[in-house]
Amino acid sequence: MSALVLTLQQEPPQRCDLSALTADRLAAATGRIEAIDIRTTRTPLAVGDIFSVTSGDAADIVFEGGSERFDNLGVGMSTGRIRVTGDLGQRAGRGMAGGAIFVSGSVGVLAGSGMAGGRMEIGGDAGDLLGAPLPGEASGMTGGVIRVGGSAGARAGDRMRRGLIAIGGDAGEYLGSRMFGGTIVCLGRAGPLPGYLMTRGTIITASGVDSLSPTFIDTGPHELVALRLISRWLTEEGIEGGALSATRLRRFAGDTAVLGKGELFLPEA
Amino acid sequence: MPELIRNGVTIDNTFAEAFGMRATAIVITADTEKWARQAAVTMTGFATSVIACGCEAGIDRVLEPSETPDARPGIRVLIFAVSTSMLEQQLMTRLGQCVLTCPGTACFSGMQGEERIKLGAAIRYFGDGWQISKLLGATRYWRIPVMDGEFVCEETTGLTKSAVGGGNLLIMGRDRESTLAAAEAAVAAISAEPDVIMPFPGGIVRSGSKIGSKYKALPASTNDAYCPTLKGRVASALTAEVGSVLEIVIDGLTDAAVRAGMKAGLGALCVFGAKAGLVRVGAGNYGGKLGKFHYPLGEILG
Repeated sequence: MSALVLTLQQEPPQRCDLSALTADRLAAATGRIEAIDIRTTRTPLAVGDIFSVTSGDAADIVFEGGSERFDNLGVGMSTGRIRVTGDLGQRAGRGMAGGAIFVSGSVGVLAGSGMAGGRMEIGGDAGDLLGAPLPGEASGMTGGVIRVGGSAGARAGDRMRRGLIAIGGDAGEYLGSRMFGGTIVCLGRAGPLPGYLMTRGTIITASGVDSLSPTFIDTGPHELVALRLISRWLTEEGIEGGALSATRLRRFAGDTAVLGKGELFLPEA
Repeated sequence: MPELIRNGVTIDNTFAEAFGMRATAIVITADTEKWARQAAVTMTGFATSVIACGCEAGIDRVLEPSETPDARPGIRVLIFAVSTSMLEQQLMTRLGQCVLTCPGTACFSGMQGEERIKLGAAIRYFGDGWQISKLLGATRYWRIPVMDGEFVCEETTGLTKSAVGGGNLLIMGRDRESTLAAAEAAVAAISAEPDVIMPFPGGIVRSGSKIGSKYKALPASTNDAYCPTLKGRVASALTAEVGSVLEIVIDGLTDAAVRAGMKAGLGALCVFGAKAGLVRVGAGNYGGKLGKFHYPLGEILG
């Protein structure tokens, strides 16, 4: 069965809540897809108002055209695949537990927020708080894989517990802030103070950092089996990592400001 | 069924009797094959028989870097025991004393198995709070700080309840030299088979045993029927031309693996032949009443 295709016909007149357009939600839905309410204001807006719909398998949804006004796509999804040609707004894939989202363009803030499983691939850039929790939530990402082809904003991986975030470009300030597990790999350069207040977990920055907190302790360069395993895992996930082909990296331990036992790997030199 | 004669070697019309066991497999890697092998040899030392060693263990095969999780040279080790609890205990003890201690090593699961038993999860506390858990995909590893860096160990490994222990061949030759040469040829052939080990020294045991003893404290004693120096003094199983006997014991992860090992060993012995000094090949059994698995030599030879 071919994919369910939603082709963008016009720019959305308001921010749209696309959380209903997942395999899980559509399986439980009744009525026509075109009639699904996606408004975020008091002005009515349905799927059919901005998309032309070609019916198909809801486990494979294709958006021909995106917008930074498309919020909440893939929220809470547990199965299926969503492919987007274009950009997405905030909270893409928030709380997803399974399935996969592929976005050719960029995404807004809180993409993959609280993600527990599945895979999100972002061809462009990611906004701030990638994988991070909302205020008041105990943890951010607890599983799954997020891959960003471009750069990520501030505080990517905030309060991360498990899973993998791989950033192809640069990362903003406070990469992996408050993280207590999981793995973050930044192939570009990380902004100021990566690992800020982290207690557990691993951050690898292949091209160095703008500034490092003095509360991280240099334990020297090491050739570790763990780096080999991470490198292999990245390869299995289809993530090719420049400096990760080197298994000898300089290890910083911290953040000792919170008696943390996390680690930050930088190039040896 | 009459005795078979192949290349002048008499194949006894008998069968090997083997038992169900619990087993696990682990992969030990190191910077070089030398050190991976050193850890494996140390770990499988004093693991010839469950009678007194707690387990039977041996090296299954050498793994190329492309076959191991950390892309370093590796050795696959198989460990067999009579119960899950004994297997766990032996695995933890040997891992902690022989692999953890060996320079540069790491340890990984060597099989999927029906159940999982603790590997790194059992010795992570050696890290005294500095151990690090890494969940990479679906696999959890433990990283334990040690003096040469880190000891990395997968959290669990597989356990099979379908393992078989005690497949065997009794190799009877003209003299010690020719019998040992025949046994070595059989060991080489069996070593090439996957999922089997021969737990005795070099794969060969010269002190085959029978159940029981005239001494109450001993559960087993020398297999006098196969001792050439007792011919005529006991109900000997040996004919006049047999001057020496060696045994190969085979443990395997499956019935089929043991069967394949027996076949490879028998084949090698037949190739060795009578001219080189091999007289007969037999097998040990207990009348077929104790062991669940029977391996008739004639049927296996085909």
